Amino acid sequence: MTDPLSPPVKKDPLKNTRMGHVSPGLRSRAARAMAVRAGQGRFVLQVCDYCCTATYPPRDRCPKCWGTLDWQDQPTGATVMTETTIRVTTDLFFKEHAPWRVGSVQLEAGPTAIVHLHSDVRPGDRVRMELKLDRGGNPALFAMPEKETPNMVDDAQYRTFTADPKHRRVLVTDGRGPVGQAMAKALLKAGARAVFLGNGDTTMRFDGEAEMVAHENVEIVPLNVTDTNSVTKLAHQLGGRIDIVVNTAAVTRQSGVAFGSKLTDLQAGFESEVTGLMRLAQGFGPAMSARSDDGTNSAAAFVDVASVYGLTGRAGFAGQAATAAARLALISGLRGEMAQTGIRVISVLTGPVDDVWHQHVPPPKTAPAQIAKSVIDALTRGLEINCAGDAAKDLFARWQADPFLTIREENQ
Amino acid sequence: MSNSLLSDLAGALVSGRVQMVDLTNTLSPDFPVIVLPPEFGQCAPFRMEKVSRYDENGPAWYWNNISMNEHTGTHFDAPAHWVTGKDVPSNTVDAIPAREFMAPAVVIDISAESAVDPDFVVTREFLTKWEVEFGRIPPRHWIALRTDWYKRVGTADYVNMQEDGAHSPGPDASAVEFMVHERDCIGLAVETVGTDAGQAMHFNPPLPAHSILHGNGRFGLQCLTNLDKLPTFGAMIIACPLKIEGGSGSPLRVVAMIEGKNV
Repeated sequence: MTDPLSPPVKKDPLKNTRMGHVSPGLRSRAARAMAVRAGQGRFVLQVCDYCCTATYPPRDRCPKCWGTLDWQDQPTGATVMTETTIRVTTDLFFKEHAPWRVGSVQLEAGPTAIVHLHSDVRPGDRVRMELKLDRGGNPALFAMPEKETPNMVDDAQYRTFTADPKHRRVLVTDGRGPVGQAMAKALLKAGARAVFLGNGDTTMRFDGEAEMVAHENVEIVPLNVTDTNSVTKLAHQLGGRIDIVVNTAAVTRQSGVAFGSKLTDLQAGFESEVTGLMRLAQGFGPAMSARSDDGTNSAAAFVDVASVYGLTGRAGFAGQAATAAARLALISGLRGEMAQTGIRVISVLTGPVDDVWHQHVPPPKTAPAQIAKSVIDALTRGLEINCAGDAAKDLFARWQADPFLTIREENQ
Repeated sequence: MSNSLLSDLAGALVSGRVQMVDLTNTLSPDFPVIVLPPEFGQCAPFRMEKVSRYDENGPAWYWNNISMNEHTGTHFDAPAHWVTGKDVPSNTVDAIPAREFMAPAVVIDISAESAVDPDFVVTREFLTKWEVEFGRIPPRHWIALRTDWYKRVGTADYVNMQEDGAHSPGPDASAVEFMVHERDCIGLAVETVGTDAGQAMHFNPPLPAHSILHGNGRFGLQCLTNLDKLPTFGAMIIACPLKIEGGSGSPLRVVAMIEGKNV
């Protein structure tokens, strides 16, 4: 069993903060393709189109027959063959975290692989493999106990591959709406130490306010992402304490492009969802980057909740699809920047939210609690992208299979 | 110095016999704007983005881009703001003759009534009684309602939005008809977020201040401060809206001249 993670103790102010080293990011295109799939929570290996042999590590051609390779989901079973404890290394991250256990496993899918080992697994054990992203966004195999063990996710090595909210302090940007409030509740349930809940207008009441205020570990903070001054002020005040940012800003209005659209709605959407995202990144990103390896409550992740229709556009909601597309582009850029400092950048994509702005949209709609659950899932598994609800999952699958067909389907 | 009206004024300003009172709230991102039901278009609050401040984007100069609605902060309502004023001549801020931008004010103090009842309604009857006590409202004056509402800025009590809507004082239709047709006012000047009372959408006709003032070519001044610093009669208000082409209103700096002590 794993010792349960203790709440962090107050930092010794005379000690330097440990720098957040990451592994080298210069990888082959094949390794990057594996990373993309790891970010989606899939367990994949390359399989030869000709001899059907699975191979690892990522390659450009089949090592057996030189055939072309294709990524395929694989069974996650494996057996640990050997283990090694690394005590001395030139790698800056592992040097700080030694001793570190690795081992070789025989994958059910065929190949053997060098993998990171959970503290509850030993040579000879059957294990469940996970394909993870390391702090720098590189793919890595992690061997987990086949069956749940006590406090399994508190394993020190495993925690560096996730952004688990347990004992962490989280800023949720829009606490005035149902998504932000569901988010706060889910984070506390997942063990977050504190949730700072943004209130964009401190002089105007909002539904759910009393319930949020009553939570012992929720603090309502003034934050309006459309106001640079507001974001900067809060970042100056709390930047060093925020371990996870969850951006739930959303402006949903029905709109076409040439027909049935309002420029002011589009402007308000961009100001809140796009420029607002950049304000948050500029406000909180640097301080988070400086604390990415700062003990139990190190800064860990920046999560952006956006409409899945950013991938395709959407008839009737063209404006919000446009802002979501812009968010996805900014998030991709931010992910590249933050990977150099060990902070995960996560997109959670939603279908039509079950709120007042989608009253005319038929089901399936995405409940705020589903979005919150999807964010927690992404954090605890260390994902880069996660779909909340059936509508988003369906669209994402169609988009992966045929992007341009899906774009046509969603806009006619 | 030549002996003329303006030179007399200049002398009075220099000596302090005429003093200036700033009636303007500071334009800031958190200054409240009017709140409409969410499905309507909304009034954009004031926003400011730095372009440069002695930095790599401009080593020796500081300046910002700003954005807002025409009706954000202390602002002027032109007749075109309301549908009743859509066909009034010179009804937009760029077309209003400059002579309208300086006018005397009569200050009606309803601060005590408003403190007791945030929904206090000024009626024709109230105004005629007021005239008996203080004197007749002269023509071509701003009629300024002193409510001390500006002291609530920064708190939830300013817009005072409850589940049944906003609650703030204002006039009913009989009062506005009286101001416009019997006292020929320039316009109505208030400290609240709008010239109409918070609950005025439930009045008959709805929103009488907007409807009657603008339908008759009169103006509104909103979100003022410091009306408690003005005398009942004798203040001169200077309110020059920005010359926005076709604009329905404008944020502006509003000041009042009052006679001070001889120095």
